Amino acid sequence: MAGNSKNEKLIGGILPESKARDLLYKMVLTRTFEENAEEMYALGKVHGTMHLSIGQEAIAAGSSPALKKSDYLLNTHRGHGHFLMWGGDLNRMMAEFMGKEAGYCRGRGGSMHIADVESNNLGAQGIVAGNLPISVGVGLSIQMRKTDQVVLTLFGDGASNEGAFHESLNMAAIWDLPVIYLCENNQYAMSMAFERAFRIEQVSERAAAYGMVGLTIDGNDVIAVYKAVSEAAERARKGNGPTLIEAVTYRWRGHSKSDRQLYRTREEVKEWMEKDPIQRFAKVLGVNEAQMKEIQAQAKEDIRKAVEFAEASPEPDVSTILEGIYA
Amino acid sequence: MEALREGMRQAMQQDERVFVIGEDIGVYGGAFGVTAGLIDEFGPKRIIDTPISEAGIAGAVIGAAITGMRPIGEIQFSDFVVISMEQLVMQGAKMRFMFGGKADVPFVMRLAGGSGTGAAAQHSESLENWFVHVPGLKVVMPSSPYDAKGLLLAAIQDNNPIMFFEHKLLYKTKGPVPEEMYTIPLGQSHVVREGKDLTLIATSIMVSRAQQAAEQLAEEGIEIEIIDPRTLKPLDEKPIVDSVIKTGKALIVHEAVKTGGFGGELAAVIMESEAFAYLDAPVRRLAGLDMPIPYNRNLEYHAVPQVENIVEEARKLVKGQY
Ligand SMILES: Cc1ncc(C[n+]2csc(CCOP(=O)(O)OP(=O)(O)O)c2C)c(N)n1
Ligand SMILES: [Mg+2]
Repeated sequence: MAGNSKNEKLIGGILPESKARDLLYKMVLTRTFEENAEEMYALGKVHGTMHLSIGQEAIAAGSSPALKKSDYLLNTHRGHGHFLMWGGDLNRMMAEFMGKEAGYCRGRGGSMHIADVESNNLGAQGIVAGNLPISVGVGLSIQMRKTDQVVLTLFGDGASNEGAFHESLNMAAIWDLPVIYLCENNQYAMSMAFERAFRIEQVSERAAAYGMVGLTIDGNDVIAVYKAVSEAAERARKGNGPTLIEAVTYRWRGHSKSDRQLYRTREEVKEWMEKDPIQRFAKVLGVNEAQMKEIQAQAKEDIRKAVEFAEASPEPDVSTILEGIYA
Repeated sequence: MEALREGMRQAMQQDERVFVIGEDIGVYGGAFGVTAGLIDEFGPKRIIDTPISEAGIAGAVIGAAITGMRPIGEIQFSDFVVISMEQLVMQGAKMRFMFGGKADVPFVMRLAGGSGTGAAAQHSESLENWFVHVPGLKVVMPSSPYDAKGLLLAAIQDNNPIMFFEHKLLYKTKGPVPEEMYTIPLGQSHVVREGKDLTLIATSIMVSRAQQAAEQLAEEGIEIEIIDPRTLKPLDEKPIVDSVIKTGKALIVHEAVKTGGFGGELAAVIMESEAFAYLDAPVRRLAGLDMPIPYNRNLEYHAVPQVENIVEEARKLVKGQY
């Protein structure tokens, strides 16, 4: 995913322009996927719950694209964007979302557990901070196998208050494991505002407590995320251990489908909607409104095709219900 | 859901040692709305929102309980209680015994369990039997609004640590609930329906599914007796044993996976009792398949017992076709 063979213009001094344009497209695709997901939910075409990352797309765009295909991803419950940016196939993703056999997890996992082990995408997460201790094991395995791989572990501000966060960071630090801890601080854990859940100003302050590099960046700035992740990856590959990156952003939608959002004001949401990461990145790339419309139309068309694919895919057969539990 | 809320509200009005602590229980009102509005009446000092820290929540209720408070903890989805296990199992459950019987640990931990909402493998489990296996804890599982309020109030007044398992799909059920405070003693099985052909022991949401099955079977002339233990621990064995003596047949139905589930315990209770001599068929269990809960709606449906499965299983047992 990284690398720039052609003598291409580098956006922000780091991101090749053609790649940047692809990322912009995938950001729009993520948003379109999620808007469509909302609609399907309202129409009763999907069940369960879902966590939308609308407004947070820059973090996904700037993170996994800064890594290599051979690296590992440990995703969160709010991970549609990361899944796509890692290289996930839209059709199979949609099929999973709709619980179909052609989905990445044969319809067994759904949005909260979507994984693609083949591409080192080790899964989204239904348990807050559940992926953090696992990243220690993946990091250890990389060290033992002596490869130059790294792990990208995603989680939210809320996850940083689970015991698992602390155990994981400490272990990764003492063993210099190649883990990139990327905290998506969208300022709320469900209804819990950051200020009510922390006595400190920034999650990244905690890095010092474990002896690792910690930094806070603008999570709505693709370039800032891309830079921070690239640097963390370089550090990790050199054997210099883990990094804690806190990317500050904002969730535009409710936490999940049951959220009446009584814990924040409309003004606050509006204020952040004006800091739209997609518009912002489009501006950086010099993409004008007309071009943006084209990109959106393309994303809509791709989503439409994916829904068609998923709808045509069969439901899992009940006779196979017990498959896949044991090796 | 309203029954539980009313129970908590009345307990808090009556006893200022009672408070509620958990994730998003304040302004949000709880993930399923059970605590909605309580913060307006009691304020954030008694309706306490926590960070996402389930071990911390368990520790908080235990520590407060042994020092004179009567906390109610909420675990948003019962699945997350696995993070609280050390505190609950190693500390809360054993403290009284380890301290020579000198400490009271009067807390209630409410947990929302069960499948049927499309929430997939990490948000749909039925873990009650893990706690049945831990001496020192009591395990309560209401199946109706009336029982929910009465059992909750009894649990709050009890001086022991109590795991109170609610089923998400039952939050929306309706039923008569007295306005005043009342308690249903812990450790009393409830004969929900009388019948002579088969004893059907069911827990939580399976009680209402069993009732529907019994209605259907009644049309075929099969009379099912349904017993809801209501508290899995302590278990009131007598009504179960008496019933099996009467019917000679027992079917146990629960949502939790079959292997290692509470059904095995119930079967053993029947087998070890005088009812054994009266059995004219094997004791049968109908339970969740031994698998995580799938996301796909249809698979999820088939992973746990439904009314038609209960009808079929009960009919076979009564007709000797097992
Ligand atoms: C162990 C555990 N506790 C609680 C939950 C319920 N829950 C799911 S997401 C969430 C909020 C997570 O907040 P954060 O980590 O900030 O991520 P965000 O949702 O904001 O992206 C909560 C409380 C859970 N899934 N797992
Ligand atoms: Mg958050």
